[in-house]
Amino acid sequence: MAVQPRTRRETWRLLFLLSPSLFWLIVFFFIPLLLVFAMSFGQRGTYGGVRWHLNLENYARLFDPLYLRIFWRTFRIALTTTLLCLLIGYPLAYFIATRPVRWRSSLVLLLMIPFWTNFLVRTYAWLVILRDQGLINTLWTGPIHAFLLQVAEAVPLPFWSSLVQATAQPLPLFGTDLAIIIGLVYGWLPDMVLPTYAAIERLDRSLIEAAQDLYANRLQTFLRVILPLTMPGIVAGSVLVFIPSLGAYITPDLLGGARSIMIGNVIYAQFMSARDYPFGSATSFVLMAVMVVGTLIYFRMGGGETEV
Amino acid sequence: MSEYAVELEEVSKHFGPVVAVNRVSLTIRDGEFFSLLGPSGCGKTTTLRLIAGFEIPTEGTVYIEGKPQGETPPYRRPVNTVFQNYALFPHMTVYQNVAFGLEMRKVPKREIRQRVLEALEMVRLPGMEDRRPNQLSGGQQQRVALARALVNRPKVLLLDEPLGALDLKLRKAMQLELKALQHRVGITFIYVTHDQEEALTMSDRIAVMNEGRVLQVGTPQEIYERPANRFVADFIGETNFLPGQVMEVVGEQVVVLVDAQMPIRVPAVEAVTTGRWVTIAVRPEKIALHAQPPGPEAISGEVEEVIYVGTDTRYQVRLTPETVITVRQQNAQVGEAVVFPVGSRVYLSWPPEAARLLTE
Repeated sequence: MAVQPRTRRETWRLLFLLSPSLFWLIVFFFIPLLLVFAMSFGQRGTYGGVRWHLNLENYARLFDPLYLRIFWRTFRIALTTTLLCLLIGYPLAYFIATRPVRWRSSLVLLLMIPFWTNFLVRTYAWLVILRDQGLINTLWTGPIHAFLLQVAEAVPLPFWSSLVQATAQPLPLFGTDLAIIIGLVYGWLPDMVLPTYAAIERLDRSLIEAAQDLYANRLQTFLRVILPLTMPGIVAGSVLVFIPSLGAYITPDLLGGARSIMIGNVIYAQFMSARDYPFGSATSFVLMAVMVVGTLIYFRMGGGETEV
Repeated sequence: MSEYAVELEEVSKHFGPVVAVNRVSLTIRDGEFFSLLGPSGCGKTTTLRLIAGFEIPTEGTVYIEGKPQGETPPYRRPVNTVFQNYALFPHMTVYQNVAFGLEMRKVPKREIRQRVLEALEMVRLPGMEDRRPNQLSGGQQQRVALARALVNRPKVLLLDEPLGALDLKLRKAMQLELKALQHRVGITFIYVTHDQEEALTMSDRIAVMNEGRVLQVGTPQEIYERPANRFVADFIGETNFLPGQVMEVVGEQVVVLVDAQMPIRVPAVEAVTTGRWVTIAVRPEKIALHAQPPGPEAISGEVEEVIYVGTDTRYQVRLTPETVITVRQQNAQVGEAVVFPVGSRVYLSWPPEAARLLTE
């Protein structure tokens, strides 16, 4: 909605009404952001802190293959997480949105309940499940291994022994990209389900019937009518999952171990252990730029279809 | 090919404990304009959806062109629907909307273009191809919905209260246009409406429904002049109901004592016997008012109210302490018509066949 030019009095009134949020944004967001931005052009002091010596070295350092690899992995993990959330979340949202009205809010509530637990605790639970002595591997090297061993003794088959050998070792889950992706998908799934659910629920049922009446089978109805009309929900959900996944810190820290780190861990390390504030600031800014540009492109892509 | 476009054979549809359609049998002829008329919740829309394939009958069979449909999905039935709210695809242009069905049936692109433009021409919407549905008025959207269905040249077109959302004037115009269009394309139309005037105006035949059942099927004249029961008489047009007891049966005529004091002569129907409780139904416009008794057995009453409504004048006449009857006199004369003032004594008469004896 376009804002019409106003009289001076109306402008002052508007400013007055907006003043609390403006104050908040300026003091706690805009000024710190400027500080970080300024810092990103400085140099690390000998004992931490910042030496205000204007240069672009921090940004240049990011082109080091080490950091480029981490950026690339971060992007890959975030993208995979988003796609998996979509693949799991959309059918789930569709299922909930097509239940009788009286069931819907209860189902949404059921979806939300686990997420009232602290995020750290939930991520830690995945650690307990995925680590080498965790739930999955205890079963894998325990009962499953024992069962296969027994079968192998009874029926000696050539490929069986390799299977038995495989179950002797714990599965390498902890400390991999897979572990991080599992944690992230679990963590951000509701952020995908809720906007897609809202979009699907809003969808006029008679449009689906109209498509079927006009000879479209189920797949054609989905591709030509349901999908384009729920695209706003998909775009919103994807952004809501992709952005926090790019900046993820707790999940890779707990589930990625030392082997698999994301850019969020790099930023954390610069501020908390390496005490290189300027490099940490530069990394933050590049990450933010990637997010902004990525979001804009994504909205532009979905935008043509979503104008209803 | 069967002579019937659509046949319903003892079709029922249950939704849980609710019986939406109850053992409905109908035969709809090829090229007919057939209306399903009834109040909301009478099962007319469900009946239409059973033909379209959006619902599968709990019992009974739907035949389209003689073929039993069973559980055939909507996209394999040779019928198209015009939905109540039009259900135009909001993310597509008018052209894309109309072309949708042809594209799904893999009609060559050039033929699609030709047929879409023809269809838009037919509903008088040329030059609107690139508009989006939300840029059109209600009447225009209605036409697009019609073009989108007709472009497929279905055997049967199903219309679910398609004029319900339009204002009265546009509605009247569209009624005539739809009827003319149906004549031109020669497609069987099955039309769902709760508006009795609309059904009378447009239909070749009407099925009146209530509570999931078909109460009467007939031409508009049959339904209006010879309603099968009280519901039909009441739903279609306006009717006075006079309850009474049969005094005697005299040949072709029956004398009914209304309110235990007023004998009225009506044509007999079969299965009427002396002593039975019946209802006489008389349309207000069939009744004539007189200042003097027109015959020896004329009924009389006192004018209680006079309402002038332009085309005619409506009188409320009290016949007995219990019964008031509505009379409609057409204002055919130029200038001031003869008006019976409130409180005056009037005598009523009607042609004998105008009164219907309802025995239920």
